Amino acid sequence: MERNQLRRQLAVMRQSLFDQGFLDEQFIQLEELQDDANPNFVEEIVTLEKSPLDFNKLDSYMHHIGAKKVKAESTHFREYCKAGNAEGCLRTFQQLKKEYTTLKKKLEAYFQMARQAGPKEIAGRSK
Amino acid sequence: MNLSNDKGSMSTASSSVVSDKFPAGLRVLVVDDDPTCLKILEKMLRTCYYDVTKSNRAEHALDMLRDKRKVFDIVISDVHMPDMDGFKLLEQVGLEMDLPVIMMSADDSKSVVMKGVTHGACDYLIKPVRIEALKNIWQHVVRKKKNEWRELEQSGSVDEGDRLQKPSEDVDYSSSANEGNWRSSKRRKDEEEEADDRDDSSTLKKPRVVWSVELHQQFVAAVNQLGIDKAVPKKILELMNVPGLTRENVASHLQKYRLYLRRLSGVSQHQGNSFMSSQEATYGPLSSLNGLDLQTLAAAGQIPAQSLATLQAAGLSRPTAKSGIPMPLVDQRNLFSFENAKLRFGEGQPQHMSSGKQMNLLHGIPTSMEPKQLVNLHHSAQSLGGMNMQVGAHGGHSGQSSSLLMQMAQPQARGQILNEPAGGQVPRLPTSTGQPILSNGISGGVLARNGIGENGRGTGYNPVSQTSSMLNFPLNHTAELPGNSFPLGSTPGISNLPSKGGYQEDANSDIKGSAGFIASYDIFNDLQQHKSNGWELQNVGLTFDASQHSNSLQSNIAVAPSVLINQAYSSSQRSGQSSNASVTGKAIFSVGEGTEHGNGQNVGQHQHLTNLLGDNSMRVKTERDASFQPALFPQHFGQEDLMSAILKQQDGIGPAENEFDFDEYPLDNIPV
Repeated sequence: MERNQLRRQLAVMRQSLFDQGFLDEQFIQLEELQDDANPNFVEEIVTLEKSPLDFNKLDSYMHHIGAKKVKAESTHFREYCKAGNAEGCLRTFQQLKKEYTTLKKKLEAYFQMARQAGPKEIAGRSK
Repeated sequence: MNLSNDKGSMSTASSSVVSDKFPAGLRVLVVDDDPTCLKILEKMLRTCYYDVTKSNRAEHALDMLRDKRKVFDIVISDVHMPDMDGFKLLEQVGLEMDLPVIMMSADDSKSVVMKGVTHGACDYLIKPVRIEALKNIWQHVVRKKKNEWRELEQSGSVDEGDRLQKPSEDVDYSSSANEGNWRSSKRRKDEEEEADDRDDSSTLKKPRVVWSVELHQQFVAAVNQLGIDKAVPKKILELMNVPGLTRENVASHLQKYRLYLRRLSGVSQHQGNSFMSSQEATYGPLSSLNGLDLQTLAAAGQIPAQSLATLQAAGLSRPTAKSGIPMPLVDQRNLFSFENAKLRFGEGQPQHMSSGKQMNLLHGIPTSMEPKQLVNLHHSAQSLGGMNMQVGAHGGHSGQSSSLLMQMAQPQARGQILNEPAGGQVPRLPTSTGQPILSNGISGGVLARNGIGENGRGTGYNPVSQTSSMLNFPLNHTAELPGNSFPLGSTPGISNLPSKGGYQEDANSDIKGSAGFIASYDIFNDLQQHKSNGWELQNVGLTFDASQHSNSLQSNIAVAPSVLINQAYSSSQRSGQSSNASVTGKAIFSVGEGTEHGNGQNVGQHQHLTNLLGDNSMRVKTERDASFQPALFPQHFGQEDLMSAILKQQDGIGPAENEFDFDEYPLDNIPV
């Protein structure tokens, strides 16, 4: 079935996101919150997070959605900024931006696929 | 809790626990500036079948809470919010609505969590919050109700003795909140013991009393009138004369208030004020201050025994002391006390206090503030937290006693609790004297700050205002203190500082409080100007830097920010230029105070300064206000330095030029 295939693909994608460290448990928590009433809850949240592109606060935002890597990068970035280390700051910022856009792309793809596969599928971790 | 809770599907929350559906339907109010977090929490809470209301602004949340048509069982709030500090909201809710409040933050550092505990949070959640953590929040609602019942019963017909014992044992403190409850029940017991009036406690089921601003003000007025030590629920109740209010209501509110005050003075604990613990929270700092001052003064031989006594009395912030104290001293003292209490000088002061000069100044300066006033201020300052701001603000701006007074009165509105006492007290302030003005001004400013610092405590304002008035006086009474001008003017400056630095955290609104401080700055400014006075702001500045070095300053300059202020005052006095003083004053405040506490101290400090200044002996005690983060003052001791130091202390706010360029207040109002 197309659907099944999609779902499988989705699951794989999802798993890889976790494996690669893009996402962590918090994301799972969000997923668990998702239900029929709010089928795209996770997506909504993530989208929300994307809008305020305040890199300074990114680390606190990112932990809300379980974006592990981005969060780590943004923490580094902040530290450098605090320390006043301009070079480090710039460097980590680039890194952060990179990670951020990567995650964004991946999540967008993921959600898109998830929508195609059907809401229920996403919520399940078991898949 | 309203026993007759009728809101929401489940009134179980409010009434005795438990209906089979409980905790479903628990009415939760979530406050967080982060929309994502808010959304997630809302979703999680709904999953727990709670009735969720969310708000991304603390003020809006407060409005909803105050709206009688809406009832909530529990509040969950973030710690860091742009429009209002989470802890401030926490305090307000505790005082006004007495609802359990849970704090949340990504910050899990011990100090912040501790802050939550001391401010009365019933729990603290680390973000990202897991749904499991939210599932159990209903326990806080139940626990609170249970305690309230117990309280009612205790004061009620049941044998006091037995009852008192009971709660402690029965209470099933399962969460960290227990400690708080425990403490409160304990305290409740104490209060129970003192008040044996049970007439009103006969009704076990009492509707929950909402402590409105006016009511709280009345409460604070009554407490101040009685004296914090003598304030027993029964007497407070009588003074308040509010129909329908029971002794138990007052008792539990008093408990909270004391906690609040304690917390305020707790800040000065850093300074190592041992006094704090000994005295009521409010007085704690004061005593330390007094002790210090007195000591130093005594040492210096400057202080007349009497002054010392008064100061001591003042320090202790006992209203009683007031009477015996010579005005100047007394006021001074009060100021100090306030400052002490508020300011975190605690530590710094003792050292500096050596400068008997300070005392002298005090002596010489007829502080218009009566000890009582000071005390009040102190009280206010402490309690006012929020009020302080206002007062300060007023003081700063007006620069004139009248304005201060006005301001003082104003603050009342602010902190909800502004309490009338402040108003009442205010009038007292102007009475006197011009001299102390400086000190007063400072104190006022400081107090004001303190008041604000507390934010939300509201009750304390009165004292603060008084200080303000005091400040004004000094300022106004240029005759006496040349430098007087600064206090008032400076207050704004001061407020700026505080707001800049430390205060911000407590109450951004503290800016107003800074007004009070500004005065101090003025003093500093003056000091700067009067460098010749021997004060050397430098010393002051040094002191700050040294943070503990206070003595490095020429004369026993107490580093404590207040000292600086004093110095400033001195200089102002001498040269009559208040501008400098104000700057310093501010610095002091800001320095010391990251939070309202600091202010208190500052005020106290300033007091010293002013007093000292009054003397013109300019023995600036550069007390280092330990509380003010040392090393705030940059090396340059001129006003600028001082200011910077102060500013720096403020948590690195950044050196501020002498003139208060603080964005907020036009410091130079104070005519020197």
